[in-house]
Amino acid sequence: MSKTRKTIILEGEEIEIYKGRSMAQETWRRLKRNKGAMIGIIFLVALMLATTVASFVYDYDKDIIAMSKDRFMPPSKDHILGTDNMGRDIFARVLYGAKYSLVISLGSTAIGLAVGLFLGALAGYYGGLIDNIVMRVTDIFYSIPYIMIAVVVVSMLGTSTMNLLLAMALGTFSNFARIGRASVMTVRDQEFIEAGRAIGLPTWKTIVKHVLPNCLSPIIVQTTLKVGSNIISASSLSFLGVGVTPPTPEWGAMLSDGRSYIRSSGWMCLFPGLAIMFTVLALNLLGDGLRDAMDPKLKR
Amino acid sequence: MPDSNTLLEVRDLTKFFDTPKGKLHAVDGVSFKLERGKTLGIVGESGCGKSTTGRTILKLIEPTSGQIIFNGEDITNYSVRHMRRFRTQMQMIFQDPFSSLDPRQSIMQLISEPIREHKICTTSAEIAKRTLSLMDTVGLARRFLNSYPHELDGGRRQRIGIARALAVNPQLIVCDEPVSALDVSIQAQILNLLRQLQRDIGLTYVFITHDLSVVRYFSDDVAVMYLGQMVEKASSDNLFANPVHPYTKALLSAIPLPIVGKDKPVRKLITGEVTSPVNLPDRCRFFSRCDMCLEKCSSACNPTLAEIEPKHFVACHLIDKEKKDVQ
Repeated sequence: MSKTRKTIILEGEEIEIYKGRSMAQETWRRLKRNKGAMIGIIFLVALMLATTVASFVYDYDKDIIAMSKDRFMPPSKDHILGTDNMGRDIFARVLYGAKYSLVISLGSTAIGLAVGLFLGALAGYYGGLIDNIVMRVTDIFYSIPYIMIAVVVVSMLGTSTMNLLLAMALGTFSNFARIGRASVMTVRDQEFIEAGRAIGLPTWKTIVKHVLPNCLSPIIVQTTLKVGSNIISASSLSFLGVGVTPPTPEWGAMLSDGRSYIRSSGWMCLFPGLAIMFTVLALNLLGDGLRDAMDPKLKR
Repeated sequence: MPDSNTLLEVRDLTKFFDTPKGKLHAVDGVSFKLERGKTLGIVGESGCGKSTTGRTILKLIEPTSGQIIFNGEDITNYSVRHMRRFRTQMQMIFQDPFSSLDPRQSIMQLISEPIREHKICTTSAEIAKRTLSLMDTVGLARRFLNSYPHELDGGRRQRIGIARALAVNPQLIVCDEPVSALDVSIQAQILNLLRQLQRDIGLTYVFITHDLSVVRYFSDDVAVMYLGQMVEKASSDNLFANPVHPYTKALLSAIPLPIVGKDKPVRKLITGEVTSPVNLPDRCRFFSRCDMCLEKCSSACNPTLAEIEPKHFVACHLIDKEKKDVQ
């Protein structure tokens, strides 16, 4: 990969300044050699493309929700993954539903990451009282199972995709706060942070420009893995009925629907289940690959 | 208005750290004046508070009490925000060139950071120009512009640190053991560079080190610190020719000399350990290790700095005795 570069002409002399992105480039170079991670990336990209295409091809009301008389059809030429108890095409629903799983897990991870990282960085950088307060609050959330948090939030605010996302973010942020704090603490006491202060950088700039870039790799890896586990969480919650409500083709909700017919029409459960499994597997492969690629000790 | 030649005056500077065991006396009543364009060397063993003194002068650590007067301005109570702007006046060179540079930033980013922060140059062409001229000043080849710190050796890294300090045109630079992490051959290069900069730009240095030969070469005045206090302060020549405090004498006798055989001077070595700096009693801090102890040293109060000859200050009970002997 070529570096982004900028050329400045100074007193007739041409000077090239590379815009430092070398860390990302290095990581990508090493990630490309990891087969598992590449399979993960290809699968995820394909899934995103497929669900985007599906949202245009299928009409939500007609193809995804509306009932038809072709109930409990096993996989066949017309319906390659069969139909469910209301005669809806499972293939269409699985593809369409990928959108919900991905949006919910990505969204909740993103919110959790932003909030958790902010709190963790604050606690790790300042230490002392701030650290104590932030981390004890985090501990409280950490000690409650995410399902409990989700049940409470959803029963307070009502069932909706947005509330599910919020509930899961609440269950996620404590994880990032801990990782953020730990990594910030290892960087905080290094001399270049004090050097930044000596130069007169304000604290927020020191954190953004020097602390965070140096503790990014464990956070990125954790994010990838967390997106995977949040897909499972979202599906579990929908399965339990506190997540996305039934007509929506969310994978967990589809599993839940198929539960009663698992002996007669196993494909109703099989395909959403496989979709969850492969997506999470892809994300985990990517996360593991990233962990290896970002570890400078494995530099070859 | 104080005399305009004094750039930095430190009065009774004190820094205590609270520890679970009690108050740790890191810096305890340090005072000195430093003239423009001169160098004050601060020497002492590890943990004697020399680095804390340097960082407190820059207000990287808030002093417990005392005054720091820079260029006639009392900066002791400046807010963090105010201090940030004031950083263009005083800068620091760090000990370890391996950990004092952000490993994720290129040389260009590292050196231009203070320039951008203090808006010394605004357009990117000007910033690049200034960065390159700083690299020329500190003797870094221009081809390293886009390199990363880990690609360079210790000496070159330390040059980056110096360029960063110089970027804002400071008047005072606190050098915290700038060469102790470097090879001897590179030490000389860096010291020569610092000295040349002093001559060219008229910089004033507070030079913190544990290396006495470096201090002798580099400083106009030398202050010896022991357990947070200054025990002796004199011009460099005077101190090396005529040390008075027992601790200074011991330090100087520890300098290796290229003499072998029967002419080899007998070394005066200090025995024992440094007294814990936590909750110190009010008596001479060197008491437990001093082989010239007087009776009053064990009981009487901590000796204060006294001028025994022009510009030569010593804090020791022995001087009183000597004075009496003369009488």
